[in-house]
Amino acid sequence: MQTSPTPPGQRIGVPRETFHGEKRVATVPDVVEKLIKLGFRVAVETGAGDAAHCSDDAYRAAGAEVLPDANALWAASDIVLKVRPPSSDEVALMREGGTLIGFVWPAQNPELMQQLTAKNATVLAIDCLPRTLSRAQKMDALTSTAGVSGYRAVIEAANAFGRYFNGQITAAGKVPPAKVFIAGAGVAGLAAIGTAANLGAIVRANDTRAEVADQVKSLGGEFVKVDYEEDGAGGGGYAKVMSEGFQAAQRQMYATQAKDVDIIITTALIPGKPAPKLISAEMVQSMKPGSVIVDMAAEQGGNCELTVPGEAVVRHGVTIIGYTDLASRLAKQSSTLYATNLLRLVEELCKAKDGVAVVNMEDDAIRGLTVTKDGAITWPAPPLKAAPVPAPKPAAPVAEKKGGHGHGSSGPMPAKTLAILFAVAALAFWFVGAYAPAAFLGHFTVFVLACFIGYMVVWNVTPALHTPLMSVTNAISSIIAIGALVQIAPPEAGINGRPDGLILWLAFAGTVLTAVNMFGGFAVTRRMLAMFRK
Amino acid sequence: MSQSLATVAYLGAAILFILSLGGLSNPETSRRGNLFGMVGMALAVLATVFGPRVSPSGIAWIVGALVVGGGIGLYAAKVVKMTQMPELVALMHSLVGLAACLVGFASYVDTSIQLQGAEKAIHEVEIYVGILIGAVTFSGSLIAFGKLNGKIGGKPLLLPARHWLNLAGLLVVVWFGREFLNAHDVQSGMLPLVVMTVIALLFGIHMVMAIGGADMPVVVSMLNSYSGWAAAATGFMLSNDLLIVTGALVGSSGAILSYIMCSAMNRNFISVIAGGFGSGGGTPAKSGEAAEPQGEVVPVSAAETAELLREAKNVIIVPGYGMAVAQAQHTVNEITQTLRGKGVNVRFGIHPVAGRMPGHMNVLLAEAKVPYDIVMEMDEINEDFPDTDVAMVIGANDIVNPSALEDPASPIAGMPVLEVWKAKTSIVMKRSMASGYAGVDNPLFYKENNRMLFGDAKKMLDEVLGALKG
Repeated sequence: MQTSPTPPGQRIGVPRETFHGEKRVATVPDVVEKLIKLGFRVAVETGAGDAAHCSDDAYRAAGAEVLPDANALWAASDIVLKVRPPSSDEVALMREGGTLIGFVWPAQNPELMQQLTAKNATVLAIDCLPRTLSRAQKMDALTSTAGVSGYRAVIEAANAFGRYFNGQITAAGKVPPAKVFIAGAGVAGLAAIGTAANLGAIVRANDTRAEVADQVKSLGGEFVKVDYEEDGAGGGGYAKVMSEGFQAAQRQMYATQAKDVDIIITTALIPGKPAPKLISAEMVQSMKPGSVIVDMAAEQGGNCELTVPGEAVVRHGVTIIGYTDLASRLAKQSSTLYATNLLRLVEELCKAKDGVAVVNMEDDAIRGLTVTKDGAITWPAPPLKAAPVPAPKPAAPVAEKKGGHGHGSSGPMPAKTLAILFAVAALAFWFVGAYAPAAFLGHFTVFVLACFIGYMVVWNVTPALHTPLMSVTNAISSIIAIGALVQIAPPEAGINGRPDGLILWLAFAGTVLTAVNMFGGFAVTRRMLAMFRK
Repeated sequence: MSQSLATVAYLGAAILFILSLGGLSNPETSRRGNLFGMVGMALAVLATVFGPRVSPSGIAWIVGALVVGGGIGLYAAKVVKMTQMPELVALMHSLVGLAACLVGFASYVDTSIQLQGAEKAIHEVEIYVGILIGAVTFSGSLIAFGKLNGKIGGKPLLLPARHWLNLAGLLVVVWFGREFLNAHDVQSGMLPLVVMTVIALLFGIHMVMAIGGADMPVVVSMLNSYSGWAAAATGFMLSNDLLIVTGALVGSSGAILSYIMCSAMNRNFISVIAGGFGSGGGTPAKSGEAAEPQGEVVPVSAAETAELLREAKNVIIVPGYGMAVAQAQHTVNEITQTLRGKGVNVRFGIHPVAGRMPGHMNVLLAEAKVPYDIVMEMDEINEDFPDTDVAMVIGANDIVNPSALEDPASPIAGMPVLEVWKAKTSIVMKRSMASGYAGVDNPLFYKENNRMLFGDAKKMLDEVLGALKG
């Protein structure tokens, strides 16, 4: 290795996940190739991808080294990619001052944070990504994991449910379609809505954030409103805790739905709080025998009172599934998506493509992800400097350009340029004032002021109307007709041997030309503007 | 009507013109703005015709001129296709320029105006400058008209030592200007005036001939500005404040548009006027080694394009001049309506210099009845490409060229572009692999997530629409 002609970049290590039952792996062979293209070397612990159907041979074929055990791997890696937060044993193996990328959940794991800082580690917690940054979406592993989980939740429900999802009329009789109710239309909820609707079920969904109703509909679901006015958007795409009155109305709605539907999938989470208890024991009891509840919030205590985290149990004839490893149950898919999210993150870290990761704390996305840097805790990150909502955008660029008009730069011009400009203007004004007759000065004043009015007015014109602006200014510039009109037959005709005939014809031609412009210009502008409609 | 009444009528007309331009800040108020412009113009013309400067014997002539000219104008406005708007506007600019020349000559031969000393000198300078600007506007606009409708090739004509030619022309104009001022009577002053007019005409031709097709938006708005200055100069010549105000309004409007167009291409105004961009010689040759295309293009069929569009949730369409040439805007609208009916969020991203004049694409899309609230400016929509499933580029090239941002050696480096390559998939509709007006190869075509749909935009879009509906 050391003898290779180009100096090799940093080594990225991917250990086997040690958490019990975890089948995912932090990178897949396809992504290994791309990491190598970025200049990195990649090492994989033997058997790391077995559960996700990625064999050691496949990793080798992609260019990775396969190391025999975790000790060797952690020791050899500058950067370690993981899925689950590392155990204390794994942290012990970690190289002093190394880099770790994966789920960390710093709020829930203060001890882990202590251990990592003791190792002088730099840790990028993918769960701390500032999700509201639109360019961070390619790295958003929470979203891709939630999408996989939502899909899997429906599959688990279908597995436990004793009937078809879609309605059919067969020779053996009529089968009614299954009714699925989905509580919470976040990423997981939406994935579940889409999957269940595709299987043919009647899908209903509810969320405290009213603005997701359209998304629910777009996936083929029906949005069920709680009969109470309050919006639950709590910033950053998460929900907030709702008022008492709302909760009562919500319970009423859930109770009604529970009696009617066959399958309930709950995804309701509030960050930093236990999952809200949406489905009471009575509601479970009121459900038809053979119904299924999939509680995707089981890890945070569950949305259903009877959920047993990590297990599927039958209560009152209803199967309640509380698996906490739904994403891991679709290991190949979630590994592939997760590996791609991490690849995008590594690309951001290694913009030079030279195989060296640089943690740039000026970058909002990277700053948010970094929970410890060289042994110092940098979590939680300060709030984003500017809200990335592009709502008041249209006005801003225009205002910005105003300052720099005519000088090729935006922003206020430097004092020196400004001084020179004023000096030149003062000189020109002095020249005009000193030599020009009074009559000219009157016109000159009007001219300069009109230029300024034009300047102010035209900057306000919306860019979409630039063509009508040109045609209307063109029509208006046929005001020059007045010049021709006053020459056709002025009271001074015949004085001083004025060549009346010649002037008449010149002025007549001028009037015809400007009339074309005048009428044509306004008419075509009118035609154009009539087309602009909402 | 007394002189004072005519003056206040002029003041009213000036205010109406300002309101007219102000109304264009928003499509809702723009129609009223145009109405203000018409009322203002009618007021100004009536005040002049019935004012003290026109004796009753002239009214028949004036009515005749207005009927003839107005008839031609209304007919042209009725039959012109929206794709031909740039040509029509350029042609109309030339009329203003010619009218300014005629009025200037008429004013010069008018011996009833007797001025002395500085006033005479200033009056003559005004005539001279007015005719100069008018002549440049006239010939420049005619050439722009020819280039826009394809009668004259889009390639820039670069005479050897063209900057020196222009400079020499300017010196001759200044020298004849002195001769003109020193002339004692109309006959001796006529020669310098005619010589200057010819030089100004040649200068206008030369200036626009040297400018490449991609810079036409700048030229059209610049000529717009000139026609305003010509009106203002005529106003000085005739001591008419309304002409001065209106000319200044139009002039500064055109100047601002030129500035916006230039900054949208990251180019200096002077270098556009000096011409020579996209010429095949000079600048673009350098890009050869820097932006050698790599990789292969992936062609797709119309059916596959329809499939991609149907499965997308967010679509951004980026139209360019190719859409105008192929007259494809109505099909684009139908595709948009079909996709929106299926719940796809379709929007349009418009680059400031897309097409051949400012706002060209907006007008075409409006003609096809695309609702204007889904037609976005570049700055509004550029951030949204990463969340977009399909970005469809119709007949545009330079305005979506990533080398403007990625390759400092590219001749279009630093020009703001629509970042379509950040979408999950981009589809480029093009006739062939030829490069755009700037003569720069486009690395977008070779990107992994880009697909090429080759063929005439109209025909291909019709097929896409058929596949979407089928």
